[in-house]
Amino acid sequence: MALTDEQLQQLQCTATDIRRSIIEMLIEARSGHTAGPLGMADIFTAFYFHILNHKPEEPEWEERDRLILSNGHIVPVRYAAMAHAGYFPKEELLTLRKFGARLQGHPEREKLPGVETTSGPLGSGLSEAAGIAYGARMDKKTFRTYCVMSDAEHQAGNLWEGALFAGANRLSNLTGIVDRNNIQINGMTESVMPLEPLREKYEAFSWHVIEVDGHNISAFIDAVNEAKAIYEKPTLIIAHTIPGKGIGEIEFDFTWHGKPPKPEEGERFLKELRTLCGEIECCDQE
Amino acid sequence: MIHKDAQLQENALLLEKLERAATRDGFGKGVVEAAKSNERVVLLCADLAESTRSHWFKEAFPERYIEIGVAEQNLATVASGLAQYGKIPFITSYAAFSPGRNNEQIRTTVSLSNLPVKICGMHAGVSVGPDGATHQQLEDIALMRVQPNMTVIYPADVEEARKATVAAAGYEHPVYLRFARSNTPKFTTVNTPFEIGKSYELWRSEKPEVALIASGPLAHKALLAAQALSGSINTVVLNMHTIKPLDERAVLSLAKECTAVVTVEEHQIAGGVGSAVAEFLVQNYPVPMEFVGMHDAFGQSGEPEELVEHYGMGVSGIVEAVERAHERAH
Repeated sequence: MALTDEQLQQLQCTATDIRRSIIEMLIEARSGHTAGPLGMADIFTAFYFHILNHKPEEPEWEERDRLILSNGHIVPVRYAAMAHAGYFPKEELLTLRKFGARLQGHPEREKLPGVETTSGPLGSGLSEAAGIAYGARMDKKTFRTYCVMSDAEHQAGNLWEGALFAGANRLSNLTGIVDRNNIQINGMTESVMPLEPLREKYEAFSWHVIEVDGHNISAFIDAVNEAKAIYEKPTLIIAHTIPGKGIGEIEFDFTWHGKPPKPEEGERFLKELRTLCGEIECCDQE
Repeated sequence: MIHKDAQLQENALLLEKLERAATRDGFGKGVVEAAKSNERVVLLCADLAESTRSHWFKEAFPERYIEIGVAEQNLATVASGLAQYGKIPFITSYAAFSPGRNNEQIRTTVSLSNLPVKICGMHAGVSVGPDGATHQQLEDIALMRVQPNMTVIYPADVEEARKATVAAAGYEHPVYLRFARSNTPKFTTVNTPFEIGKSYELWRSEKPEVALIASGPLAHKALLAAQALSGSINTVVLNMHTIKPLDERAVLSLAKECTAVVTVEEHQIAGGVGSAVAEFLVQNYPVPMEFVGMHDAFGQSGEPEELVEHYGMGVSGIVEAVERAHERAH
């Protein structure tokens, strides 16, 4: 079912709120990753506020859709989306990376209900998601499993082992999402270790592949719906995103992969986000 | 003499009268038994169905048998996903590859995640034989016992391997089970006690002077060494089938009683059973210790018995270690 204009506008405002929370969290944490979480704010908004069949008040609900975050370092966007969706109080977001906090620097399933898996070391999430999807199919469960991955983690062998397994077993209840933002710690992915042609690689591993603008919430939701209609294969959505999306100074700059904003920068960024709604709508119409 | 509570085979000291089988066979039987009583049990195989004895499970429960291919990192991580969903996955390969190759995946997605994945490492030790050093895993106990949440079990014979496998299935946490390729004496019985974390005595002489703490099939050689020494040095032989959590009470009590300890294992002496015992004793009741195991070396091709002898882990090597420990303590 297509989104109404009103629904879309609401989701876009929520995405901006999530971006603001991300900046606030990172200022307070004084360490962490900035570009990736900002770049995935629209997709996490789409998941938590439209796509997922879930119960924030009952995170272990057996029939919930599973959202696996393989690249655990972008977890601030997940924490922010979860808090805004009602999994825990928004005030707790400011405990990110603090001693004794449930919001660990990289997510841990035993610390915070709802994060599903413990992740951080790259390349393992797709296999875990495939294991969940396989188990669900054995028991004829109808929930869907989603796995968000970074692009650069496709340099890891474990990930391709998982892709091969999911394709071979025709896990159509599994949808992968690649955050194709083209940056990694050492520079641009295509100069560090080229990933292209990514679509053809997945197709060769028996996946159905869709490419979308990762900031176009409507298009992303359409892609997820298309994946549900593919019964023969798992589906991969290559989401082309802008690292740091929403804050001009950060966008496209790989040096923002793994550092937080300084307090004075953060204030500037928050001001920019407060006036941003129009820019996101503009992007969405691309 | 043989400890009666151990309820060993009647001819436990007569090699030629004992049936021989590999501990991996005990795994193969145990996992089928576990699956019969618990439908959550699934088995993942990395292209080694027959040599891990996973093919028995495949025949009995084809719908719960999952082929992974030659991909041990995927073996661990798919199992983690299955466990998160609610299954009890047994993952099988050679110990050289799992946990040898997929150590980080086990650390993050099994141990830190605290999920009931059962890592079953076959072909541990030099007794793999002709395949040579690449396939003779000698560092796996070290790798696994340093991970929080992980339980480490090393059964002494085929019957104990069966019991350990069944027990592991009923334990809602990560477990590493270590098995061997070659046929070794079946010296325990259905009635021999087995409880995760609880060691038991195989042999006890009067007024023992040296405690032998053994894990895995070499426990039988420790038993033969104890018999060979009887009359000259009195010993106790403890079967430490669970290396983690270590049965500290039994270790402490034997250290106090015997004042010398010899550990026996087919593993590097760095990080293995001996290290676990030493770490505990040095903090609580230091006594002279000798270590029977691999002394910072890789194995090589050869016949199992030949290799075990060559590296000083045969009966004569154990006897010599007991004599050294005795001389230092008494």
